[in-house]
This record gives sequence, C-alpha cells and structure tokens, in this order.
Amino acid sequence: MGRTAGLIAFALLAATSAAAGEDTSGWATVPGGRFRSALALADAPQGSPVVRFVMMETPVTNRQFLEFVRANPRWLRDRVPTALAEPRYLSHWDGPTQLGNRSLPNSPVVWVSWFAADAYCRSSDARLPTWTEWEYAAAADATRRDARSDPAWRERILAWYAEPSVAALPSVGNDAANAYGLRDLHGLVWEWVEDYSALLVSADNREQGDADELRFCGAGAISTSDRENYAVLMRVAMLSALEGANTTANVGFRCARGP
Amino acid sequence: MTIRLASLLAAILFITGCGPGTGSTNAGDTGGSAKGDLGPPQGDPVKAVLTSPPLVPPPTGRSTPAKVIVELEVVEKEMTISEGATYMFWTFGGTVPGSFIRVRQGDTIEFHLLNAPDSKMPHNIDLHGVTGPGGGAASSFTAPGHRSRFTFTALNAGLYVYHCATAPVGMHVANGMYGLILVEPPEGLPAVDREYYVMQGDFYTTGRYREKGHQAFDMEKAIDEHPTYVLFNGSEGSLTGDKALAAKTGEKVRLYVGNGGPNLVSSFHVIGEIFDRVWFEGGTRFQENVQTTLIPAGGAAMMDFHVEVPGSYILVDHSIFRAFNKGALASLKAEGPENKLIYSGKEVDEMYLGDRALPNLGAVTAAAAAAKTGELTVQQQIEAGKALFAGTCSTCHQPDGRGLEGVFPPLAKSDWFAKNTRKVPLAMLQGIQGKVTVNGKEYDSVMPPMTQLTDDEVANIATYVLNSWGNPGGRVTKAEVTAMRKQAAPAPAEH
Repeated sequence: MGRTAGLIAFALLAATSAAAGEDTSGWATVPGGRFRSALALADAPQGSPVVRFVMMETPVTNRQFLEFVRANPRWLRDRVPTALAEPRYLSHWDGPTQLGNRSLPNSPVVWVSWFAADAYCRSSDARLPTWTEWEYAAAADATRRDARSDPAWRERILAWYAEPSVAALPSVGNDAANAYGLRDLHGLVWEWVEDYSALLVSADNREQGDADELRFCGAGAISTSDRENYAVLMRVAMLSALEGANTTANVGFRCARGP
Repeated sequence: MTIRLASLLAAILFITGCGPGTGSTNAGDTGGSAKGDLGPPQGDPVKAVLTSPPLVPPPTGRSTPAKVIVELEVVEKEMTISEGATYMFWTFGGTVPGSFIRVRQGDTIEFHLLNAPDSKMPHNIDLHGVTGPGGGAASSFTAPGHRSRFTFTALNAGLYVYHCATAPVGMHVANGMYGLILVEPPEGLPAVDREYYVMQGDFYTTGRYREKGHQAFDMEKAIDEHPTYVLFNGSEGSLTGDKALAAKTGEKVRLYVGNGGPNLVSSFHVIGEIFDRVWFEGGTRFQENVQTTLIPAGGAAMMDFHVEVPGSYILVDHSIFRAFNKGALASLKAEGPENKLIYSGKEVDEMYLGDRALPNLGAVTAAAAAAKTGELTVQQQIEAGKALFAGTCSTCHQPDGRGLEGVFPPLAKSDWFAKNTRKVPLAMLQGIQGKVTVNGKEYDSVMPPMTQLTDDEVANIATYVLNSWGNPGGRVTKAEVTAMRKQAAPAPAEH
C-alpha cells in the first residue's frame, strides 16, 4: 500500500523536480543470472532469473544528497510534507542546506525516507534497486558472485551489528570492492529498496507460515528458506519495521538502472 | 483465640488433606486466567516503577486493579562482559537483564516500547505474562527512533520472563534482550526483608572465554549451543566483590531468578543455603527445603531463605563448570554476629592419615596389642586415648580440653565428672541432651552418642581425659565399658 502511495506522491512531485547535481558516483554493471533468494518467494522456490542491471558503486553521500535538495527545494527538510518524510528527516545536518560534524560530505546520507530516496534516484534517471537485485549483488564477496555459503561472509556481515552506532558515519568507499566492483553493501548502513514494503516477513518470525494477512495485504507467502542466514533475515526485519516516511540513523540508499 | 483456632484447623487440614507446598493463602485452585480478571481498573493510572538489576520495585501495595503504564526503552549498548572484554548488548532499559516490572493480577497494563534513535535494529517484546498471540510481539514491533503501544490485562499471577522476539529471535535473546515481570497475586506475596533480581544468560563470543577486546556475537557457537560465557546479570563479576548482594543475619531474603537462555537450562543453587521456599517455575505453589531448583530457559522461580550465619553465599549454576569456567557466579554477603551453634566455622585443621597403622595412631595399635596379651598399662591407654581424642572429641571440646564457653563444655578441670568419673565413658556411650552446668556455666548443646567407638576406644579416651588437664586421674577398662554399654542399651523409643 505504501508503495502505491509513494508512486502517486512521486508523480505529483516529479513535475517540479529538476535533475540532481552532477553525478560523481561510479556505476558498476551487475551481469544477470539465476538467483535463489534467502526469502523463499512463493512463485520462485527454485530461484528466479535476475536481469542485468547497473548499480551505484557506493551509497549516496551527504554531499550528493545536498546537491539534490538544492536542485529540488521541495525536498529541503523545512519544506517537505511530513507525509513523505517524518520530522527527523536530515536532522543530522546543521541546516537545511548545511552539512555538519555529524554529516560529513563523504559519509553516506542517512535520516532519509523511502520517498526521498526514491525521488533522488528518479532525478538521476535511475530507481531504487529491488530487494532481489540488492540481495543478488550483496551475495558476492571479493572473488565470488555467491559467497553466502561461506561462514566468513556471514560473520563479516554480522560483525557490523556488533559494532556500536557512531555519531558520524565513516566515508563511503573504504570497503574492498566485491566481484562486481560494488562497495559498502555490508558494514556501513542499511539501504532502502524499491519494494521494501512487499517484504512480507512477519514481525514475529516464529509465526511460520501464518503471516498476518491484514498487516501484509494478503500477499504474504514469503518465509525465509535459509534459517541460518541471520544476516539477510535482519535486513528484511529492519526494512519491514519501517514506513515509507520513516527515517533512521542507519538507513541510507543507493540507486540502480536498467535492465 | 479465634485466630489460633483457625490456624490450628488449617494446620490439621493441611496435614490430612492437602498436598505439600501450598501457601496458606492459595491452598486451592486459583482458577487461572478464566478467573484472573478482577474487574475494571480503579483510580488514576499508575506509572510503573522500573528497576535495574539487582533491585526489585517495591510491592504494589494495592488491593484493587489499576491501570499501569509501563515505558521501556530498548538501547543497544556496548558494555563489559568480562574484565577487559566488551560486547554489543541489546537491552531493555540499558541493562542485562532488562528493567524489572512489577504489577498486580487484574491490572490493565498500557505498555509502551521505545526504540532508541541510534539503534541499528528494530525490536519488539514478548511478555510471558501476556495472554494473547505472540505475547505482544507483533503489536510492539518498533523501528529505531520509534515507539509503539499495546495494552493487556495481567490475568495470571506469577513471575514471567519477557524477551525480544524480532528475527532472528535467538540472536536478540543471546545479546541480552530479556527480563522479568512479576504479576503479584491479589493478596500480594509474603513480606520479606530483602528482594533481589538475578537472571542467568548464556553468551556466544567470537573470542575465547576472557579474551580481551571487543567481542562479536558468534552465531555458529550459538547454534551449536556452546556458550563462551554463562553469566548472572550480563557480566562476569556483576554481583561479586563490592557489587555482591547484601543481607544481614536474621533477615529473610527473596530472590527473583530468571533464565533468559537462549539455550541453557539452569540448575540454580546457593552454596551454603537451603531455600526455605521455592515458588518453582515462578508459579503459585511453593516447595519447601530445596537445595537446587531447575530454571528453564524462558522461565523463572522465586525463592526465600532465612539468613542465620554471616559470610559469603555463592550463587551458582550447579552445572558447575559453568560456574568456574564460564562465569556463572554471584555472591551474597551476609553480615551479623556469628552463630557457632548453627555453624562453627573451621575448628580443626590438622593432619589426617587414613591408615590407622601409621605412626600417629601407633599408640592405639600398641594398646590394642597389649590388651590382647593382658599387659595393657594406664600409660598405654592414655597415649592411645590421646590419639583417638584428637580425631573424635577435639572438634568440639578443643584439643586442650577447654571447650567453647557457652557452647561446648570444658573437659579440663571439669567439676561435672570430678566426683563420678564413670560419667565420662557414659557420656560417650549415651550422649548428653538437655542442660548441664559445668564449672558454673550452663550448657545446652546436644552431644550425640559416639556409637562408632569400640569399647576399648571408649576406655582409652576416658582414661586419657581423666589423666589430663588437671582432672583427678583414674582408669576405665574395656570390661567396664562393655558392662556399661549393656546397661545403657537404649529403651524402646518413646512417642
């Protein structure tokens, strides 16, 4: 439902949105392939094809997002409707167009709503990646396209959860590139995905096969197929906790294009 | 008078009718949740007092149901797990275990769950004291920087665990997301002098036990159920040294003990105490006189004990390697005057040689040999008696025969047997019960019959006593003891 509302809202805004500032982020191509999601999608229990797409190498930074709001004043924190971004939207910036100690230029932008992230990507002639695209890209390590069966891959992701939150996030790009040339998919921030509100995992994951129909609009047939895959489960739990206008200290985003 | 009669009747009923271990106020069936609703809340809403472990909020003191507002904040927080080692705990209220919640049966609880803005994770809460699917979990799913609310009526009295039930549940629990909620029965719980809150949990770190530095959660160890740490209140040493629980002799102490798990079951024991009462599984009935009580993961128990003797009492999981190799140790320090009657403390620390033929009991062996040949001398008896006295009698009467004033009568220059030396072997054979006056002091301790001693051992000890410490001297023979023992054969037991 949130998705539909988002699209409508975006349609209203798009008319007045100018293109974002110069796009300095690199983009990497992710070749297509067959992929079995950790979420057992009802219509694709044996996996589904992923079509080739391109993705930003790193999450969108404060600097990039500042250029976007300057070019699109509707998305300034003192102008955006609360239906599209809650009051804490960009609250870590010193001012509506002013970064600060808690929002360094090369750090990933956080305190952004799904609607704002979606608008940013559209202004760059792009879109948010789908969950499947994101999960497919994030399954890689430095040398393998699917490293998920390696406990080391999983432990590295989980290690981030064990680190305390910090006042100012580190810069993007410090992470080693994965097999596709993408960085920071793990270990820096959570990331919005286009279809986050369709991640139909119950808030109480003990209710196996008995998803809350009301909460999830009757589409709920997804349950996790890999019970050991805590890392993915936590991403999904996090995203499913959020509404489209919500912002948090640890959720950012990156954009995708294609196929 | 009426009261006395009533309690007498109750006592009779208790003996003849009821099973063991029911409280006087809840001897029957409580009726459970079907009878748990005590009507609509009355008066203004009350804000629940939440306490950090090891403290427990005061009794609600209410006799009618109320609307109680609970605000609990989830905080993800780096804290010490062991000296020099830190861990990223996820907490209810900033502590492990989480804040203690205390309400009364029939209360309507408006529950607010707050998730701190700098949390990385969404969280929720499943309270085992809630009647309803998920125990509140789905209704309280809360993103970082958000708060949510749900309301429930506490229908069942008892001590209940609460915990986070967000995916992955095991990891949220392993990181410390559990605590206790006490739902008092309508009449409250029996008053005690002190109440404490202790909760066991098992922890899984990538490093070894006591490895220094920041330690991350190790999922493989968690799935294998091989904890690095088993802890009371979330940190090694959380309840020892300066932070030990405190009590005074003569006080009644109640522990509210939970087990968060995620995996292990606790064999909870307090070294040096016996639980006078255990409300096993945190329920309505209590068992009496319990040494160790089992607390399941996701379960709890209440236990009362009366402190008689000062000193340190160590709380352990009696799956004992956990206590000494994984950290499951806590301590309760009791202050107050000694009570040697109940516990003497160490009285003797001397060489023990298991083989009676070894040199220090050589005198005994020599006396036995001499007795057989009919050549036993008084001096041989004294030497044998001295060796035997050290092993059997000196524990109470002291190696120098002076006893402990007011507790164990002296044998040195004792006027009690000076005029009738037969009383010495008789005391060993029959024991002494009731008041005796020795050298002007009254003693009222029990000396059991020393039935383990043979006739010649009794004779030798008595001869040693009579010839030591200024006593009048004399000799007791084996034949005399044999005759005394026959006379002293116990009469049929009285009822």
